[in-house]
Amino acid sequence: MSLISVLIWLPIVVAVSLGAGWLFRQTLIRLVNAPTAKFLRTAPLTASFGMLTITIYVTCAVFAPLIAPFGESEILSASFEPWAAPYILGTDNLGRDVFTRLVYGARNTVGIAFLITALAFVAGTLLGIYSALKGGIIDQVVGRLIDVLMAIPSLIFSLLMLTIFGTSVISLVLVIATIDSTRVFRLARSVALNIVQLDYIEAAKLRGESTVYLITREILPNATAPLAAEFGLRFCFVFLMISSLSFLGLGLQPPTADWGSMVRDNAELISFGDITPLIPAGAIAILTIAVNFVVDWLLHRASGLKD
Amino acid sequence: MSPKTTNTSSSAPLLTMRNVHIKGLSDETWVDIINGVDLDLNRGEVLGLIGESGAGKSTLGLAAMGFCRDGCKITDGSIEFDGLDLLSQSRQQLRQLRGRRIAYVAQSAAASFNPAHRLIDQFCEAPLKHDVMARSEAETYATSLYERMNLPDPDEFGLRYPHEVSGGQLQRAMTAMALSCRPDLIIFDEPTTALDVTTQIEVLAAIRDIVKQFNTAAIYISHDLAVVAQMADTIKVLLKGDEVEQATTAKMLKSPKEDYTKSLWAVREYARAEQPLVTGQQPVIEITNVTAGYSPRQDILKDVSFAIHKRRTVAVVGESGSGKSTTARVITGLLEPRMGSVSFAGAPLPANYQDRTRDQLRHVQMIYQMADTALNPKLRIRDLIARPAAMYLGLSGRALEDRVRDLLRMIEMEPDQYIDRLPSELSGGQKQRIGIARAIAAEPGFIICDEVTSALDQLVAEGILKLLDRLQSELDLSYMFITHDLATVRAIADEVVVMKDGNVVEQGPKSEMFVPPHHAYTELLLGSVPEMDPKWLDRLLESRGADNIGDAAIARMK
Repeated sequence: MSLISVLIWLPIVVAVSLGAGWLFRQTLIRLVNAPTAKFLRTAPLTASFGMLTITIYVTCAVFAPLIAPFGESEILSASFEPWAAPYILGTDNLGRDVFTRLVYGARNTVGIAFLITALAFVAGTLLGIYSALKGGIIDQVVGRLIDVLMAIPSLIFSLLMLTIFGTSVISLVLVIATIDSTRVFRLARSVALNIVQLDYIEAAKLRGESTVYLITREILPNATAPLAAEFGLRFCFVFLMISSLSFLGLGLQPPTADWGSMVRDNAELISFGDITPLIPAGAIAILTIAVNFVVDWLLHRASGLKD
Repeated sequence: MSPKTTNTSSSAPLLTMRNVHIKGLSDETWVDIINGVDLDLNRGEVLGLIGESGAGKSTLGLAAMGFCRDGCKITDGSIEFDGLDLLSQSRQQLRQLRGRRIAYVAQSAAASFNPAHRLIDQFCEAPLKHDVMARSEAETYATSLYERMNLPDPDEFGLRYPHEVSGGQLQRAMTAMALSCRPDLIIFDEPTTALDVTTQIEVLAAIRDIVKQFNTAAIYISHDLAVVAQMADTIKVLLKGDEVEQATTAKMLKSPKEDYTKSLWAVREYARAEQPLVTGQQPVIEITNVTAGYSPRQDILKDVSFAIHKRRTVAVVGESGSGKSTTARVITGLLEPRMGSVSFAGAPLPANYQDRTRDQLRHVQMIYQMADTALNPKLRIRDLIARPAAMYLGLSGRALEDRVRDLLRMIEMEPDQYIDRLPSELSGGQKQRIGIARAIAAEPGFIICDEVTSALDQLVAEGILKLLDRLQSELDLSYMFITHDLATVRAIADEVVVMKDGNVVEQGPKSEMFVPPHHAYTELLLGSVPEMDPKWLDRLLESRGADNIGDAAIARMK
């Protein structure tokens, strides 16, 4: 593609994306109840596009068997067939349909990334708030333990743990969730530190409330905005982490379809000028951007700026 | 330094605002903040802007600089500063004016200084930026201003960082900074609201002195009438973005025309009759020889003892840092005393709140200064009030709902209208009422009121005081009233405890405490409360001398 055609296509792609985002937002506003619609109206076009993209990904993940024309690991033809019906994106190195695997990849990679992020958040948030609330020696001990975990580069640490515990989906989930919960812990603790010194927490303590009540009813509802924003970002990192691990061969194991390993499996096509291996990479990139658009919007709202 | 040379256009007003309308964005709709206010200010004149919060005082003050906060816009009218139409100036031109010809002094000096730079560096910033003075010249000028403002050690003062000086000194340093380019107009936005009465005086004296010497025009924004009476030549009263009336200070104080202005004036006269002391009874709360501190080396409280009897209100007064709030923390069990004890109705309370029984916790309730942070912003009024009732009294379902509605009626808020609201949907006074409802929902014997009215406007504060008074007689409550406002003490207290540096310096019934002879410190506190007499500050400075007010006077006592 020459530079000129890129320059022509780029504004068109951006305009179409934003237009699609606008249409999506208008549709949503009509469908939901009044308070939610009011909230959605504040979404900029970028965030609308982000929400649209996320919806498409989730739809793909949930309805994968209905959307995909073939089976996930079905070997259909010779390897590396070109883009032609019935294989609209060609076939991979083993003769499996690339489009089918792309759809299933959404289910595996996105589903597992979501599970990991959720686990990391539950663990990190609860522990972080607990540390901030208790303070003193408990805070010190938990804090230093977390520091030890954070001191080891995360990719190397996860490679090590996966080598020790084996490369099952369960160990993958637990290892990445543990590593990521340390980052969530730091955020949750610092957010909670600002909240625990407020008078209403003191009032609740003096009322004789239990720690569970303090965490769930008094602190957590007031910490949701930064945590929700972090959830979006963290989700992207987890997602990239799974893909990198899969690319290195320690993530999701074949024949499970996964975007990271799809890039690796078909990498040799690049040398023939075929962009097929870049499609799963593009899928990762677009989801990352989409999630960040939505997160930016939520952060902006949480910061209370009025432009 | 000679007074400013005035421009040729000195006969015309310095600042003219005509029919100014300002709107603010609230929840995606534009609401009116200022609806058509006119304002004229001559050179060397001080205009006092008065009104409750939300009246638009600060917004109008900022508009005088051609500035609007985020989410605000000037929709109509004209603002002319020395012949320049501020609304048609470009940002660049406005930036040339601000800091150099119009300066601003904010309410919280502590929040307005950059903590990472020395005071002198921040002082010199504006003169250098606007090319008014060279660095060395600006430093000399700063020193002379510091000296004129009675700041200690003027030569070295600028070398300190903001956290190394006291609140009153910082506020004066900020006023000096506003003067750094010798502006024609200074806007003071509640410069003494966050200060103690004793510190307030030194700032007021410094500001008034300097404004007079430089013949600077000023807009002085405050909700405290007595303060404005000392500072302003003319007073303008605002209510919800409209001008109520404007007159010279003397005329305004003597014969206000409008009902609203009269009601503002009347607030300070509310006083409750002193409750009789019931003798021979066990005090509700008794503090005996308490010594406490946050670190073992330093004691904040030193051998503090006093008692609070049934249906009585004990006001604990003193400047910040005197140990008032620490006493409250010891009573509630948040801070364990190193020595001494606290007992409730004769039975000693465990030192740590975690060791107290539910019933002991129930009997000691607290109402906080900042209603904003005392109520969980994510809980509805219903849940906020229901929680203590459910916890301590075991109410649930229908009975709990009825109780919450009863409590709301007791604090004079219509249950149907408010029960499902969030704290953010209430005004400051209403939030404070919810705080009171939450405290009485526990059916306590004793309530600590920690500066409950200091963040409120006078009219609203009066309402809160009356409510507390009524609840006291209805529910047989005892109050410990922490405050630095002696007008509040006069209004509500039966007994007064004066604290200084962690010691109780004087205590006794209100009727005795307001009659001399006093302890020197009590004398200073009492004498530092501004009165509604424009000559009050003059008389005070004359009788005490300019070097014997505020920190300096306290230092002499040691």
